[in-house]
Amino acid sequence: MALDRIEKLVEKYFEGETSIAEEKELKTYFSSTDVAQHLEQYKPVFGYFSQAKQEQFTPSIPLKSGKKQKRLAWLSVAAAVVVMVGIGFFAYQNTSDPNQENLGVIDDPEIAFRETQKALALISKHVNTGIESVNYLGEYQQSKNKIFK
Amino acid sequence: MNQKEFMQLVSPFKDKVFRLAKRLLVSTEEAEDATQEVLVKLWNKNENLDEYKSVEAVAMTMTKNYCLDQLKSKRASNLTIVHNNFTDREASLQQKVEDNDTWKWVEKIINDLPEQQKLIVQMRDIEEMEFEEIAKILEMNEQAVRTALSRARKMIREKMTNTHSYGIG
Repeated sequence: MALDRIEKLVEKYFEGETSIAEEKELKTYFSSTDVAQHLEQYKPVFGYFSQAKQEQFTPSIPLKSGKKQKRLAWLSVAAAVVVMVGIGFFAYQNTSDPNQENLGVIDDPEIAFRETQKALALISKHVNTGIESVNYLGEYQQSKNKIFK
Repeated sequence: MNQKEFMQLVSPFKDKVFRLAKRLLVSTEEAEDATQEVLVKLWNKNENLDEYKSVEAVAMTMTKNYCLDQLKSKRASNLTIVHNNFTDREASLQQKVEDNDTWKWVEKIINDLPEQQKLIVQMRDIEEMEFEEIAKILEMNEQAVRTALSRARKMIREKMTNTHSYGIG
């Protein structure tokens, strides 16, 4: 390679006007063993450029995490919907159950009357036991009447 | 796009992204983190990737922005670790040691340049990219890139000449 051409290229190079091809030419020239004495100082620069391009990225790329997180988000939304629908369904079933259940029908009016009386008696009995426990409150009423006449 | 296709898409330039990140962040570990970050971001954009003309340019721009942000947040306590993994070459040990030494010196000079010039030197002199691409990635016009590059190259020459004549390197 002609020395004056290289010198011209070096000149152009520092002005930022060389093309990629010309820069490659310079790199090959400076990687050769016979570099002119006065250009020797540029050798490490071009040497470094060629060497720096060799470095590689070795770690793996954790791609899964990104996608998985997205999927997980959708999964949790779906799960929430399923849970809410489930709760709603059971609540609906529970409230509507008594209406649908067959409670039995008594056709004979006399038996029906007796059964009703029995049922009402049962209720009043329970209500009375409830009221009994409140009866002692009447004592307050009496004492109050004694004081405030 | 599935993982395999994505890997095929990024494999031609993932090293480039890594080297650019390392140029700015200096530490290998940080550069690796940055590269992973950028590629995962790219992967999450997955569906929209087809819209870009050059995914590589997008990746380089993302890397540049990410690293500059990273530097900004770490400026206060800037701890940098220099790692060099020089590849073996067929040369005598003496020659190798000498080369490593001067290369390290060049690396140091480049790392001392302003960020903008570092980026340009990395992309032009090391990655051999066209001015047009560089201008697009850096969101500058081509002439400005040329000027900055010339300035950076002259700075490297000046510092190299000093060390050469004083025999420090």
